[in-house]
Amino acid sequence: MRIVATNATVRFGDRIALAGVDCAVRSGEMVALIGPNGAGKTTLMRVLADLQPLQAGEARYDGRPARELGRGELARRVAFLAQGGAAHWPLRVDHLVGLGRLPHRRAFLGLSAADHAAIEAALAAADVAHLRARTLGALSGGERARVLLARALAVEAEMLLADEPVAALDPLHQLRAMELLRSVARSGAGVVAVLHDLTLAVRFCDRLIVLAGGRVVADGPPSVLTDAVVAAVYGVEALRGEYRGEPFIVPWTATEPSPAARPGNAGA
Amino acid sequence: MSGALARAPAPYWPLAAALAGLALVATCASLVVGYVHLDLLAALNDIAHGRPSLPALVLVQLRLPRAVLGCAVGFSLGLTGAAMQGLLRNPLADPGVVGVSGGAALGAVVVFYSGLAGAFALALPLGGVAGAIVAALTLFGLAGRGAGTMTLILAGVTINSFAGALTALALNLSPNPYAAFEIMFWLMGSLTDRSLPQVWLALPLMLAGWALLLSAAPALDALSLGEDTASSLGFDLARLRLTLVAGSALAVGSAVAVTGAIGFVGLVVPHVLRPLVGHRPGRLLLVSGFGGAIVLLCADIGVRLLPIHPELKLGVVTALIGAPFLFSLIDRLRREA
Repeated sequence: MRIVATNATVRFGDRIALAGVDCAVRSGEMVALIGPNGAGKTTLMRVLADLQPLQAGEARYDGRPARELGRGELARRVAFLAQGGAAHWPLRVDHLVGLGRLPHRRAFLGLSAADHAAIEAALAAADVAHLRARTLGALSGGERARVLLARALAVEAEMLLADEPVAALDPLHQLRAMELLRSVARSGAGVVAVLHDLTLAVRFCDRLIVLAGGRVVADGPPSVLTDAVVAAVYGVEALRGEYRGEPFIVPWTATEPSPAARPGNAGA
Repeated sequence: MSGALARAPAPYWPLAAALAGLALVATCASLVVGYVHLDLLAALNDIAHGRPSLPALVLVQLRLPRAVLGCAVGFSLGLTGAAMQGLLRNPLADPGVVGVSGGAALGAVVVFYSGLAGAFALALPLGGVAGAIVAALTLFGLAGRGAGTMTLILAGVTINSFAGALTALALNLSPNPYAAFEIMFWLMGSLTDRSLPQVWLALPLMLAGWALLLSAAPALDALSLGEDTASSLGFDLARLRLTLVAGSALAVGSAVAVTGAIGFVGLVVPHVLRPLVGHRPGRLLLVSGFGGAIVLLCADIGVRLLPIHPELKLGVVTALIGAPFLFSLIDRLRREA
C-alpha cells in the first residue's frame, strides 16, 4: 500500500497545525517522522490514518480516497497506534490485544484460528506474552506501551502508523521495539513512527520526514538530518559519531536562547 | 493453543445462560406471587380450554403483564445502563444520562395534566414514548450529527433538567391536589395494574431498542481504547452515538412510559457484573440486561411480599437499595484512585 498526502492543511482555530504538507509512505519502508514539539507530527499521523478532517488537501490510499475503500478495508490495511494510549477499563492483556482483530471479525462469531495466531504472534513480538492474564492497571507504563503496540501489531495491517511507540520504554525495550518495527517493515509492511530519539531514527529507519511548524523541512535518507537541519529545527547542536559502523546523534547544547533570555519575553 | 489461552474465554456463555435462567425463574415467581392466592395450574387449564374464570383473568390480565413488563423493563434498564457506561467510558453513567428518561416522564406527565390519560387506555404510555422521541431528537438537534461524547452528555444533562423543571411546573400549576398526587405517585415508578395492551405497545419498541444496543457491542469494545483507536479499527463513532441514543430512547423511553422512572437498576447492575465479564464493555451488555431483569423482578416481588400498605413504589425500593450501594461504589472508586 502507498499512502500519499497532498497539500494536507489542518487548522485548529487560528493555529496552523499542517500548512500544506506533501508526503508519501509505502509498504516495505520504515519511516521516522521527527520534529520538535508542536511541529504537527501527531496531526500528520492522524491525516495518514484518515482520522483528521482536512481544511484543504487530501490523503489517498493506493490512489483512492478513504471513502472509496470503506472503513472496514481501511481498518484492516492501516493500523494506528495512538500516542500515550490507555484503556478505559482494566482489561486483560490478551483481551486488549485481541481488540486489534476487530476489523477482521465476522458477525456473531468469536475469534478464528487466524485471530488466535495473530494475537499470539503479537504478544510474543512485543514481549508481553508472559503478561497475558494480567490486567492493564497492574502493569508499568512501559509494559502498558508494549501491550498497546502488540494490539496494533495484531491487526496485521499493511501499514503501521505508530505515534511515539518507544517514548515510555526503557533502553532495552526501546532497542527491541525498534528492531521489531524494522522487522515488520522487512517482512513487507510499511511502518511510520513518530520518534524523538534521533539516534533511533537515523539508525533504524530507511527514511526520515522532518517536520517543523507544520511543514516538511526535509524528507529522505537519514543523511538529510544534517547539523544545519538539527540546529534549525530543534535549536540544538548535536554530537555525532559512528559506533560499529552505525551512526549516532546525541543532542548536546541548546543553540537557541532559553525563553527567559529572549528579548520578547524579557518583561514577562 | 497454550493452556493460558484456554483460560482466555471467560465462562461468558454459561454466565449469560445462568442469568437468563434466573431471569426466567424470577418471571415465573412474579406470576405466582400476589395479593390473592392463584392456582396457576387451574388458571392455565382454564386458559387452555377458553374458560374466562377468575384465576384465568387474574393470570392474564394482572399477573402476566406485571411479570412480562418487570422482566422487559429490567432488561432495558440494565442493558441501556451498560451501553451508556460503555459509550461514556464512565461507570457512573445511568440509562437516562442522554435525557430520554426525563423526556419520557415529562411526556407522560403532560398526558396526565391535559386530562388525556382518561381518554383512552394507551394515552399515558404513548405520551411517554413521544416524550422520549422528542428528547432524542432534541439531543441530536442540540448536539448535531458530528458532536463529541462530551457535548452529548452536556446536552443530555440539559434536557433532563429542563424536562424535570417542566414536570415540576406541571405539579406547581396542577388544578387540584389529587391530580398532583396522581402525577407524583406515577413518577415514583411501579408495575402495579399494568395491562396487556401496554405490554403490546412497549415490548416491540423495547425489542427494537435492544437490537440496536446489542449491535454496538464490538464498537464499545473498541472504544475502550479511546476514540481515535476505535475509529482506526473501522468504527464510525457518529453512527455509534446515533445508534446508542436511538436504542436507549426506544428501550428506556418505552420502559419509563409504562412504569414511570425506576432508578439505580441501570446504574448498579452493570457495575456489579462488570468484573464477571473481564470488564469488557461488549460482553457486559447482554448479561446486564438479564441482571437488570432479575433485580427488578425481585424488587417487584419484594414489594408484594412486604407487609406494608399502601404498596411501596418500585422506584422507591430500587432507590432505597441502590443509593447506599452507589455510595459504597463511589467509596471504592475513591480508594482505587
